[in-house]
Amino acid sequence: MDLSAYPLELPESDRPMVRFMNVTKSYGALVVLDNLNLDIQRGEMVSVIGPSGSGKTTVLRMLMTLETINGGVIYIDGKPLTHMVRNGRLVPADEAHLRRMRASIGMCFQHFNLFPHMTALQNCMEGPVQVLGLTKAEARARAEELLTMVGMIDKKDQHPSRLSGGQQQRVAIARALAMRPRIMLFDEVTSALDPEVIGEVTEVIRRLVAEHDLTMLMVTHQMGFARDISDRICFFYKGKIEEQAPPEQFFTNPQRERTQQFLRAVKDAD
Amino acid sequence: MWEFLQTYGLRLVDGALVTCAQFALATLVACSAALVAGLGRLSALWPLRTLATLYIEIFRGTSLLVQLYWIFFVLPLFGVSLPKFEAGFLSVGLNVGAYGAEIVRGAITAVPRGQWEAGYALSMSPARRMRRIILPQALVLMLPPWGNLLIELLKGTALVALIAVPDLMFVAKQINGATFRSAEAFGAALLIYYLLARLLVTPAMRGLERVMARRLGRA
Amino acid sequence: MRFDWNWQFAFEILPRLLRATVNTLIAAGVGYALAMVLGLIFALALRSPWRLPRTLLREVLEFIRSTPLVVQIFFIFYVGPQVGITLSPWVAGMIAIGLHYSAYLAEVYRAGIEAVPRGQWEACRALNMTTRDSYFRIVLPQALPHAIPGMGNYLVGIFKDTPMLSVIGVTELMQAANSIGSETYRFLEPYTLVGVIFLALSLPTAGLVRLGERRLRRKLGL
Repeated sequence: MDLSAYPLELPESDRPMVRFMNVTKSYGALVVLDNLNLDIQRGEMVSVIGPSGSGKTTVLRMLMTLETINGGVIYIDGKPLTHMVRNGRLVPADEAHLRRMRASIGMCFQHFNLFPHMTALQNCMEGPVQVLGLTKAEARARAEELLTMVGMIDKKDQHPSRLSGGQQQRVAIARALAMRPRIMLFDEVTSALDPEVIGEVTEVIRRLVAEHDLTMLMVTHQMGFARDISDRICFFYKGKIEEQAPPEQFFTNPQRERTQQFLRAVKDAD
Repeated sequence: MWEFLQTYGLRLVDGALVTCAQFALATLVACSAALVAGLGRLSALWPLRTLATLYIEIFRGTSLLVQLYWIFFVLPLFGVSLPKFEAGFLSVGLNVGAYGAEIVRGAITAVPRGQWEAGYALSMSPARRMRRIILPQALVLMLPPWGNLLIELLKGTALVALIAVPDLMFVAKQINGATFRSAEAFGAALLIYYLLARLLVTPAMRGLERVMARRLGRA
Repeated sequence: MRFDWNWQFAFEILPRLLRATVNTLIAAGVGYALAMVLGLIFALALRSPWRLPRTLLREVLEFIRSTPLVVQIFFIFYVGPQVGITLSPWVAGMIAIGLHYSAYLAEVYRAGIEAVPRGQWEACRALNMTTRDSYFRIVLPQALPHAIPGMGNYLVGIFKDTPMLSVIGVTELMQAANSIGSETYRFLEPYTLVGVIFLALSLPTAGLVRLGERRLRRKLGL
């Protein structure tokens, strides 16, 4: 991989919060992301949609460094994430660099992944205490504030096994926010929920968008929700961005054939 | 080490052969005991069940060495005097058989209920049903855990050296006592045991698993 | 040759056997503690990203598991002094037992760790936790209930293997019975009592292990 073509740092004038530059990801012979170029501006809320296998979840996972990169470079706020600067050149990042960069990014998962042996409160305190070095008191105050915001404060001493899916996901959101990330990733956070509790989670995300200027990237199947709160919709197909546009334009006037097919299929499924 | 093997290699091989004989005979004992006790545990007659359970709990709950000494030193007092070679493989076989009984029982109960019912519907006697339908299917299920158990059995045969059966460990001890070349003597013994386990027992069990799976049309 | 149980003799030798039982328990306990620690170290090392040490370690552990403990005991006891480390029978015995069973416990721990869902690891990474914290605060606590049954079985197993230490002269329970036998020429009572003591200790232990597992699961909210 020839990295000499990539800047060591993005210039002030052209510094989106997230930039995927010619990013490729493959598993053996299977190419999941194909020379992807994507910018996400500070404070933007981007929804990523598309059929399964289109690479949309991989985009999130690579940003969270859960997957390694095979080609190209990802930049966070102008600085390379997947690579680091050594002797004036870009080289693949080591774990120390990844840890530094990861501090700006938080993620919520489809299956919540709460720690089952800890209460909701402890789940939210774990990161701040162990990773950020906060005192227990400070972490507790922060956790309680966030649990209140997601409406789970009265269940703070419950273990995840006692909470419904929607409740667990709200705790998971509070847990991620406790790390004060600058970028929040939501990976199909409502796909594993019963329909009646999807609303309580989307409500929390809706408020997040309205009240904070976090940069957010969301993979979702909830078209109506995406249309309501996103600044931009990104439609993925076979590892490439097929079409992207502000929601109004995207849903009322899709340009590409595949986009139209997909939207028709989704509508039929409703 | 090479020169050591040249001098003592033959004696070690003799010991290994005795170990193999103990292994083979103990395996026969273990399989028979496991089958009888495993079926016994599932029997509808409570005396059989109790006997089987007693056998299993006693032989699993006490140490193999204790059992070995008991059979060799104490049993004569009851009139049953066994020569050391027989006492050896009998103890090991009975000990491993108790563990094997649980494997047999587990495998039989894992055969789907429908198989029992089909045999019943075909008016098979319980014995024929067990023999022709249930056991063959249970056999495939029990092979993997039996593989591990047979390695334990091989390791267990080493203890018969303590009642002076001239097996591999006995020979190693002798050589050690005579030459004080402990690393070579015991090291060689360990190596031979390892080779027996890795190159004989494990592949044999895997081969058996394949044969059984094929016969059941599952391969 | 006649069956002739002498109750008085049995009661006479009981105190001596019970004292030896304490030795047996100590040997089993120390050996098991060693096995628990070593086993965890091996289990974590088996997950190392470097292939060569990992494969080597796996082969060595397989070797230890596949060969008789009693031969390993002899090896450590006799070879130790020859390479300059003088070992008392006790220490040699406990090292041998600890090493032998650490190979088994490494497998048990490994299976327990692999039973923890991958999502937990991903959540740790999303929170930017160090590998060390991920293991000790999140993964290992969840691996523990899976590992307890195996750990319990091997505890009972270690305890039943302590008689092997008698071959290098450790004065545990079996050795005491042997001594009594050779002193008095009566084997029936000593060996039978030894069997009874073993049963009396191993059966409740197995029951306690099952109980402990249930409680641990409840306490960890799993």
